Amino acid sequence: MAKKIVIDRYKCAYCGACVAVCKFNANELIETFVVIHEDLCNCCMNCVKVCPTNALSVVEV
Amino acid sequence: MYDVVVVGAGPAGSMAAKTAAEKGLNVLLIEKRQEIGVPVRCAEGISKKSLERFFEVKKRWIANEVIGAKIYSPDGTEIELSEEKAGNEVGYVLERRVFDRDLARMAAKAGAEVIVKTTAVKFERKGGILEVHLRRMGDDWKVETKILIGADGVESRIGREAGIIKTLKLNEIESCAQYLMTNLDVDKNYTYFYLGREIAPGGYAWIFPKGNSSANVGIGVMPSLAKKSAKYYLDKFIKDKNIEGSIVEFVAGAVPVYGEIETAVSDNIMLAGDAAYHADPITGGGIANALTAGYYAGLVAYEAVKKGDFSARFLRKYDELWKNDFGKRLRRNKKIQEKFLKMDDKTLNKLAKSIAGKRLEELSVKAIVLELIKTHPRLLWDLKDLFL
Repeated sequence: MAKKIVIDRYKCAYCGACVAVCKFNANELIETFVVIHEDLCNCCMNCVKVCPTNALSVVEV
Repeated sequence: MYDVVVVGAGPAGSMAAKTAAEKGLNVLLIEKRQEIGVPVRCAEGISKKSLERFFEVKKRWIANEVIGAKIYSPDGTEIELSEEKAGNEVGYVLERRVFDRDLARMAAKAGAEVIVKTTAVKFERKGGILEVHLRRMGDDWKVETKILIGADGVESRIGREAGIIKTLKLNEIESCAQYLMTNLDVDKNYTYFYLGREIAPGGYAWIFPKGNSSANVGIGVMPSLAKKSAKYYLDKFIKDKNIEGSIVEFVAGAVPVYGEIETAVSDNIMLAGDAAYHADPITGGGIANALTAGYYAGLVAYEAVKKGDFSARFLRKYDELWKNDFGKRLRRNKKIQEKFLKMDDKTLNKLAKSIAGKRLEELSVKAIVLELIKTHPRLLWDLKDLFL
């Protein structure tokens, strides 16, 4: 089963913590909007663990 | 062509742009957000002397002045750090939204071009200089520059794309959440720090009063040790300590607690501030080092342009300057942090009890650790060499 990271925009405080810990440059913060580039993401979960507001989670697709 | 393009208009970037522009360089300062200075992502504390080193301090930058700090161990044992003479303020709690804007304005006044809502998408090396791709509101264009200063924060792309820094691991970063609270019953003469694995795994909680019964109430936790989010621990802290007040602002953020990086430069590029992991690994404080690094980066940019040498070898001058200034302290505090991270709450309580009631007159990590080494030479024997 494939996995992907999803973002809850109601929780996201667009702080950039998820960008800082991503080894694959899969997360990008465009002003107040976090973009997850799924083609780069390896689902390593680092961004999920660092997020101060618990806005990121992993789902099976 | 620009002499210098600075990415990020926080304290490091604006300081670099200001310094380079004052030296007569042709400077472009870009900020990806549409407003400089917000969201704040910071507890806003800085020592008085770090700010006075670079500026004639303006009243509007200062929300509050403090005379000392109070540190609490997990069981509530208090350690007070303050100067003997009451009323001798040692620290400021800033109004970053005002300070950051003023600093960018100073850079502009010195001649730097400032643009906001603009992202540096990428850069390419072309015959000894750089081509920087910019994007603003859907428009893409390129500028050429001799030097690129990456002051683009903890989420820096420039540092990673240039191969200067490694991505932070989960034990090299603090995940932070903070409320600006008002209607608080708090003595505004002190800043307050709360330690403990239960309260803030791998970090601490803080209350930094801003005057008018308001304060930044926040927390930093290390994701490798924390089981839940920073916001969870913050809400729990506020509940457990019965902190009553209204929340008028919420911010989140991340602070690098890496220690000293080997180099902050590559050909044509210098990194400053959080982008170079310049924040202190113990306190998380980053403004003072960011200002210092930005200042040195601006100076070295000027020297490089004057010489026409933008090689990493020449830019190492900048490494020398920031390392001699605060790099050693980053290295030392990283070692102290690693030691403290291993301590459980019981040990922290024991240490706190042993020095509680002693008046520590210097407001510094060094003062506390030296006092602790005196009372617990065996427990902390491996730290003593750090202060020789």
